[in-house]
Amino acid sequence: MSDIFLGMPAFPRAAKAAVHNPTLRANLRHATHTIRTKRARAVAELDDWDRLREAGRRIKDHTLRHLDTYLEQLEAAVTRAGGTVHWAADAAEANAIVTALVQATGEREVVKVKSMATQEIGLNEALEAAGITAYETDLAELIVQLGDDRPSHILVPAIHRNRGEIRDLFARTMADWGRPAPDGLTDTPADLAEAARLHLREKFLRAKVAVSGANFMVAETGTLVVLESEGNGRMCLTLPETLISVVGIEKTIPTWRDLEVFLQTLPRSSTAERMNPYTSMWTGTTDGDGPRAFHLVLLDNGRTDTLADEVGRQALRCIRCSACLNVCPVYERAGGHAYGSVYPGPIGAILSPQLRGTTSEIDASLPYASSLCGACYDVCPVAIDIPEVLVHLRERVADQGGHRLEQAAVKVASWVLDHPAVLAAGERLAARTRRAHPARPPGTKAWTESRDLPELPAEPFRDWWRKNRT
Amino acid sequence: MRVALFVTCVNDAVYPSTGVATVRILERLGVEVDFPADQTCCGQPPYNTGYRRETEPLVRRTVRAFEEYAYVVTPSGSCAAMVRHHYASFGDRAAALAPRTYELSEFLVDVLGVTDVGAYFPYTVTYHPSCHGLRALGLGTGPRRLLDAVKGLDLRELPGAEECCGFGGTFAVKNPDVSAAMGRDKVRHALSTGADVLCGADNSCLMHLGGILRREGAPLRTLHLAEILASTEEEPWRE
Repeated sequence: MSDIFLGMPAFPRAAKAAVHNPTLRANLRHATHTIRTKRARAVAELDDWDRLREAGRRIKDHTLRHLDTYLEQLEAAVTRAGGTVHWAADAAEANAIVTALVQATGEREVVKVKSMATQEIGLNEALEAAGITAYETDLAELIVQLGDDRPSHILVPAIHRNRGEIRDLFARTMADWGRPAPDGLTDTPADLAEAARLHLREKFLRAKVAVSGANFMVAETGTLVVLESEGNGRMCLTLPETLISVVGIEKTIPTWRDLEVFLQTLPRSSTAERMNPYTSMWTGTTDGDGPRAFHLVLLDNGRTDTLADEVGRQALRCIRCSACLNVCPVYERAGGHAYGSVYPGPIGAILSPQLRGTTSEIDASLPYASSLCGACYDVCPVAIDIPEVLVHLRERVADQGGHRLEQAAVKVASWVLDHPAVLAAGERLAARTRRAHPARPPGTKAWTESRDLPELPAEPFRDWWRKNRT
Repeated sequence: MRVALFVTCVNDAVYPSTGVATVRILERLGVEVDFPADQTCCGQPPYNTGYRRETEPLVRRTVRAFEEYAYVVTPSGSCAAMVRHHYASFGDRAAALAPRTYELSEFLVDVLGVTDVGAYFPYTVTYHPSCHGLRALGLGTGPRRLLDAVKGLDLRELPGAEECCGFGGTFAVKNPDVSAAMGRDKVRHALSTGADVLCGADNSCLMHLGGILRREGAPLRTLHLAEILASTEEEPWRE
């Protein structure tokens, strides 16, 4: 992943600020609860949801198991259809490939379709360093770009902003990037959308190069698929002369027919729609219709390593719907930025430490950024058992010896619990001295700062049993 | 019928009254209760924190203590979920314990087929279902049906009941700010019902929520489901 997030503090510290920011808490609560309720309604409409979910899981697992075969099939199909396929092992390689492709066109600007893969590799920053300006054209990504901000949600990257904040941002910054915001801009959604439309239109009409990601790549036909709501994607995918798509290798599906499952589960899980407004599909190039040159950059960037882990690999099933973010009580209170990655929320907590490794402070803390409540697993349209992977990654972090004091304490506790006589003696001692216990004993700050400790009983259960039932 | 009571380490040390209540309910329903003295902890805390090696001796101990029983009953949804869902990864003997381990309300409703346990509890109650009971075990309406059948009890629906309370084992101390924020929201919802008692089937969640309630001096107390179901007109619940 890009360097943007390196050096992030561990999750608990990063979350602290968000927890105590009432505006952010209100924005997130309102937005996540609204989408959560709508999603539940949209999913409940389908009586075969469980079977769609199981089918999605199986298609993804099958593809991942034979990914080498399907990627070669995809490459052949894209090439046959007039596209060019590039293979990028990591972010640096992908950025270098895209930069060189844009430079070869002689252009100094590109328009972008919302894409997680290009966020992941920090493409905009890499292009900027080469003197190329990338314009985000998704409304929420535009808000993030104008605000020199970071996305905090996969589907709704500006979820942490309310409309008053967005109005102020448009009025202040649009002029620096192109057409200024209209005078007297209000904070009604229609006005804000119109300001964005006017601002972006000149960019769509001028752009010669577009950069996109893709939701799916069909191996048998070489077709790429983008689902979106605003039509900005359709503009970028059809108007420019050159189209460059950067896509993670796990986005492959074997056949056209497999789309049947995901075109039902993705819109309902993400935007709570039966069908998203725009589904664009393209296969290589077509004379006289759409881009004349098409480049597909297949991105690994840690995915092959993730695939090697038998428990963790299920994270690669993810179709980036964000349903897990919208139901997560931790995400709702910590906000997306605390996760230190373009992938926030429960899926980010299992994806980032696998794609980037668990050596940095933030990545080592992410597997613990969950109460393991399981709401994410329940809503996942490809049945990723996120709690299972979180615990698995906690084992990895514990094994690398990051928490020595904790490990020692666990060993002692485990030994005591394996010796009932010692445990019982300890319980009796604690019970007998209970009146003398301080309310906030040393070393319990993490608990007692916000909660009282329970009062201890006069005797443990095992003593009651011995006296009354034996 | 004979069952083994798996009281759990938290209940043994901190909430023995929940264990006593479980014994009283089961005996009242004609069930013979054993308490294998070698039991301690199912291993959930080290397991969920990433210490699988340290979990192994606790799993072995739990299996040895309970494997001769056809039914193991525990007044803890999360400990039942640990045995049910994670013991299989510790070998065949541990796997064999999984289908024989029941959370208390599950045992009453699904095995004994009882929803009216003859209880009397003249208070207003709201029920927090807890994540492990709700999602991991799929307890469904069982606990509510048990509460509904309690004489004198006025059950109030808890807004946002399905949301996690923020305890989450070591999560409560590894992420104390987020944990407490979740707990305060849960407490706010519980207070909005006007209930006297916030009931749950997991004392670890109630320890967290009760700690917040006491810190804030709120007029609401927590109580385990077993203690409400154990209360009768002859022997009513008392502090």
